[in-house]
Amino acid sequence: MNDITESRKPPVATTGILGWFRMNLFSNWVNSLISLFVLYILYQFIPWILNWTIFAADFKYNFNGEEIINREMCSRVLDPENGGACWAIIYVRFYQFMYGFYPRDEVWRVNLSYIMLAVAVVPLLFDKFPFRKHFLKFTYVFPIIAFFLLNGGLGLDPVSTNKWGGLLVTLVLGCTGIALAFPLGIILALGRRSNLPVISMMCTLFIEFIRGVPLITLLFFGMVMLPLFLPEGIDMDGLARVLVAVTLFQSAYMAEVIRGGLQAIPQGQYEAARSIGLSYWQMNMKVVLPQAIRISIPSIVNTSIGLFKDTTLVIIVGLLDLLGIGRGALADTTWLGLAYEVYFFVSLVFFIFTFGMSRYSLYLEKKLKTGINMGAD
Amino acid sequence: MSEDSIISLQNVNKWFGEFHVLKDVDLEVKKKERIVVCGPSGSGKSTMIRCINRLEEHQEGTIIVDGIELTGNLKNIDSVRKEVGMVFQQFNLFPHLSVKENITLAPIWVKKMPKAEAEELAMQQLEIVKIPEQADKYPGQLSGGQQQRVAIARSLAMKPNIMLFDEPTSALDPEMIKEVLDVMIDLAEGGMTMIVVTHEMGFAKTVADRMVFMDEGRIVEQAEPDKFFNNPESDRTKLFLSQILNH
Repeated sequence: MNDITESRKPPVATTGILGWFRMNLFSNWVNSLISLFVLYILYQFIPWILNWTIFAADFKYNFNGEEIINREMCSRVLDPENGGACWAIIYVRFYQFMYGFYPRDEVWRVNLSYIMLAVAVVPLLFDKFPFRKHFLKFTYVFPIIAFFLLNGGLGLDPVSTNKWGGLLVTLVLGCTGIALAFPLGIILALGRRSNLPVISMMCTLFIEFIRGVPLITLLFFGMVMLPLFLPEGIDMDGLARVLVAVTLFQSAYMAEVIRGGLQAIPQGQYEAARSIGLSYWQMNMKVVLPQAIRISIPSIVNTSIGLFKDTTLVIIVGLLDLLGIGRGALADTTWLGLAYEVYFFVSLVFFIFTFGMSRYSLYLEKKLKTGINMGAD
Repeated sequence: MSEDSIISLQNVNKWFGEFHVLKDVDLEVKKKERIVVCGPSGSGKSTMIRCINRLEEHQEGTIIVDGIELTGNLKNIDSVRKEVGMVFQQFNLFPHLSVKENITLAPIWVKKMPKAEAEELAMQQLEIVKIPEQADKYPGQLSGGQQQRVAIARSLAMKPNIMLFDEPTSALDPEMIKEVLDVMIDLAEGGMTMIVVTHEMGFAKTVADRMVFMDEGRIVEQAEPDKFFNNPESDRTKLFLSQILNH
């Protein structure tokens, strides 16, 4: 006989792997049919894609063991039935994909910047990182170091930005755009909610104008019109002009995302902050923004991913980002017709970065949920 | 204004849009005096005490707190807020900060106190409200009564001369009301100047030096508790008391 306080084990069939399958895939006959159908599709598709991308693919040599130097030597051109992807085009052009036309003698500067970028960003992302405080000091000066390292100056040979390309341009645009747009967006969001009508109107006008215009238009604006506004004799670098456009664009979106977060903060939080004597900025920096940004994390990451992918649009103002280099490679007559490989590779690189961002946002959401019940009040 | 008043409201009027919330309100509060304000909902009692630390702006009349007149002058408002602590019905703790951080925030940023000193101060305040063991928890992990006591500790950490309570127990489950009232009674016995908006008449009888009854934006009656409860002057007060005492 069961004691009334005794707890029993759940029925066997609802736990473990079998239980999971039953609950999630075969709970009734419709689900079972759908599950079987999907499994069949996966069974057909996964081996094929693995075969094409890896097992039957050429990397440096074709199936005759010759080093591939043009498209005619690719296994899939020699034997369309059995050959897989011809990654040789990526292999041969890997330098361009990573650095564009950056001088080979100076490429250590880009590599060093990539490493320093990792050292600057990783401690920023994980608050349990050992000696985080000291690393963060480096994070703040990193943009300056990277600027001189990549651009030249301070004894380093100058490298004109029209030699930059590939992942380098994608990362410079993406990282700078996101990093600058975040504080700008916060200021715009606070400004739009300000009690001072002039400030609020100016911020609203700016946000609405930028949001109402396609990014491409802003890029053309940066390229063609920005120099007209600059004093004579000052020539702004092409990449810098694009950066201005990208940053303004992103900051308007960021502002709206953060404003959404601000609207979710109860009035009582402002009143409590004010009643203990905090000033406007102290209240925002210590009480309101930390909560508002926390709420906005999914949307912040969402717009950041959007921007990272939108940087590919710079191709139309003549900058060669990762996708631009890819299109250049396709236009090369020795490699004509390898579009699958190039687009697959470019997509993969983008996917690695954006998937990383998306996973990080999930990690953050989970971490911030534990221990802090935002809905307590 | 009389000389020993620490808070003085003279002829205060306030409107929310077209709605006249405070009508010619006059109130003098002496140092160390404990005032309990009661009245039906919508009578303007919360609005009145919120005007005292300028969470609401009054449109006519003068409000003087500790010798400082409340005007649009931001400096005056800041100095008044340092003098006046406030406790809200909904606690309004900062959910992203631990209990200790909630309390040390203002001392560190407003008074520029070193962190270690502020933390020591926070622990003292938590002793006063009898929950030092909760220092490292987050507000969401505490009961309502505990949260309200943290809110009191947070206000006390700024060493205010005056404490305002805006229905501090109205959002609490019945069994938690007492723990909050006990802390408030301790505070009153310690000589704090207090204005408390509440419907806890038992508390009012024990603690109040003076009862203030408001209705429709006016102060209808002010009296010592004994007289207020046993022999009120106005019919409106009688009706109100009969409604809240006889159930």
